[in-house]
Amino acid sequence: MAEEVKKAPKPVDVNSAKYKLGKIAADAYTDAFQAKKEGKIVAWVSSNFPVEIPETLGIATVYPENQAAGIAARGAGERMCNVAEADGYSNDICAYARISLAYAKLKECPEQEVAMPDVVLCCNNICNCMIKWYENLAQDLGVPMLMLDIPFNPDYDVPQSIIDYVSAQFWDVVAKLEELFGLKWDDDKFQEVTGFSCRASRAWLAATACAKYTPSPFNGFDLLNHMAVMVTARGKETAGEAMETLYKEYMDNHANGTSTFRTEEKYRIMFEGIACWPYLRVTSTGLKSRGINMVTTIYADAFGFDYNSFEGMIRAYCSVPNAINLEKSRDKRIKLCKDNNVEGLLVHTNRSCKLWSGFMYEMSRQIGEACDIPVTSFDGDQADPRNFSEAQYDTRVQGLVEIMDANKAAKGAM
Amino acid sequence: MYTLGIDIGSTTSKCAILKDGTELVATSLQRGGLGTGGPEEALSRLWRERGLSREDMERVIATGYGRNKFRGADGEVSELTCHALGGRFIFPDLRTVIDIGGQDAKIISLTADGRMSNFIMNDKCAAGTGRFLEVMANILCLDINDLGPIAAKSDKPAPISSTCTVFAESEVISQMANGVEQADLVAGICQSVATRVAALARRAGITQRVCMSGGVARNEAVRRYMAEALNTEISFDPRAQYFGAIGAALYAWRQADQVYSGNF
Repeated sequence: MAEEVKKAPKPVDVNSAKYKLGKIAADAYTDAFQAKKEGKIVAWVSSNFPVEIPETLGIATVYPENQAAGIAARGAGERMCNVAEADGYSNDICAYARISLAYAKLKECPEQEVAMPDVVLCCNNICNCMIKWYENLAQDLGVPMLMLDIPFNPDYDVPQSIIDYVSAQFWDVVAKLEELFGLKWDDDKFQEVTGFSCRASRAWLAATACAKYTPSPFNGFDLLNHMAVMVTARGKETAGEAMETLYKEYMDNHANGTSTFRTEEKYRIMFEGIACWPYLRVTSTGLKSRGINMVTTIYADAFGFDYNSFEGMIRAYCSVPNAINLEKSRDKRIKLCKDNNVEGLLVHTNRSCKLWSGFMYEMSRQIGEACDIPVTSFDGDQADPRNFSEAQYDTRVQGLVEIMDANKAAKGAM
Repeated sequence: MYTLGIDIGSTTSKCAILKDGTELVATSLQRGGLGTGGPEEALSRLWRERGLSREDMERVIATGYGRNKFRGADGEVSELTCHALGGRFIFPDLRTVIDIGGQDAKIISLTADGRMSNFIMNDKCAAGTGRFLEVMANILCLDINDLGPIAAKSDKPAPISSTCTVFAESEVISQMANGVEQADLVAGICQSVATRVAALARRAGITQRVCMSGGVARNEAVRRYMAEALNTEISFDPRAQYFGAIGAALYAWRQADQVYSGNF
């Protein structure tokens, strides 16, 4: 096992990316509470809904997926899932949905409170379960639901017909929000917001791309924390500045030969799927203790939306990982593996996410073949702790290490 | 030089001793795996029957689900690597191992030169594992070791779901109530396990030579249905249940040998 270099805890540096990003993520929740207090509009929003709409209209946002991840990471996933299941929701349904629906019923959860919504904004580019989840939220909470339909694209590229279809809906949602809440769309504000969103996205993608360096200047699990800002605040000015700080820190780490992966980087892998939040420490330690750095994951890059036109923005929202076909999804991942010198692939078969986990069986096989790397998977769940077995995870990770070792030895012998 | 491998599984503990990494000199098996006295009893039996002791072992490697908890080893390796090594020890041209143990099933692919190149394991469900057979044997009041011979008497296996152990259990009970012959029922149960694991094997890819390892490999009916489902020949050796322990002993020998040759 690789030996970890223990360091004394550093004092809080308010200029660090970690501090700035943590503050933005926390502020997203407090800002929504403050908005509610001031009588402003609060929306619950699905993670890949065009954030440009609520930001431009001055609507405070809460992201139920992010809330559910926080609740699960703090150990309350099972308790909240039980509440939803007692109301008749199957435990086959996404655990984020179950936690969110439980919160809508209880209206409290000390592990992550949120401001209650005046409207729910749903986009199904991440999955279709989202539609029923938000319909039920709207019904249970007595608030309107506005839907932006971005269907799964079976073709490799986004056809113009889909761009036109989604563009029309974009403006329809804007008009409905104006009408419902007496808000006024401002094109100048929209331009400003798109600028913030693209600036944050460019810096974020540049930061995650620093994994191309060996050793990587960061521990891949950092991305899972930092990406909260890309989910909840990518349209805010502060996000861009904080992400640029993150990028600079990673470049400095590379220049100085340092890393936030504080042990020897013996192996570099790609992690596939949403994090197993209830067991984040177990899954992280299981890798780090063996010197495995999870240098890249499509999950992190999924929240970087860079574009230079309105149509480009729509195209970006139509191109998020769960809305594109197997071949395009595969090619994006193969690029990540090759760009970042990945030696193995660890797939989280996430019981909550049928779409993502379902097509990974075949896609991971194709990625493994194309990149000549071993692939293994483990069962788990993004938020329901009952679907994970630590012993099973450990055996599979160890098996992956043993293959990567054997591959290195074979290459060394050539 | 003697090396010892101990494979601590979910239901049994197996030991194997190799001499100079080439000669299998002793094996022992004890019911009771992880969290029981099984590992110690398997070792005691080995020492008693062979007149050897821990001090005679140059190196000891533990494998299986209990590998991390076992205190008497010099190191631990996953059962994936060990089944690949152990299988290759018995069949030098082996390329695919189908291992069905008490709580999991694995398909392990080997390169032509014997390296493990990939593996696929079952999900958290017990269908397609030894536990499935154990549950079904209990319902039928049979010894698990009798399932193979009983299934051999059937020429029309009863259809049994391979999706879920609990569903399959109620299916077996209703088939019993409908008067289905015991042999057909048992054959259906064996076929169900084979079908489930064959689907995993197809995902991993099958390259000859193929062998089965683990306790379920001793069940001739499962082997036969597996061969039919995969349309391939399945090699079998009576020591199949010891492949993990043999692989661990071989791994131990390689490590010890590297120490002697200065390459470790």
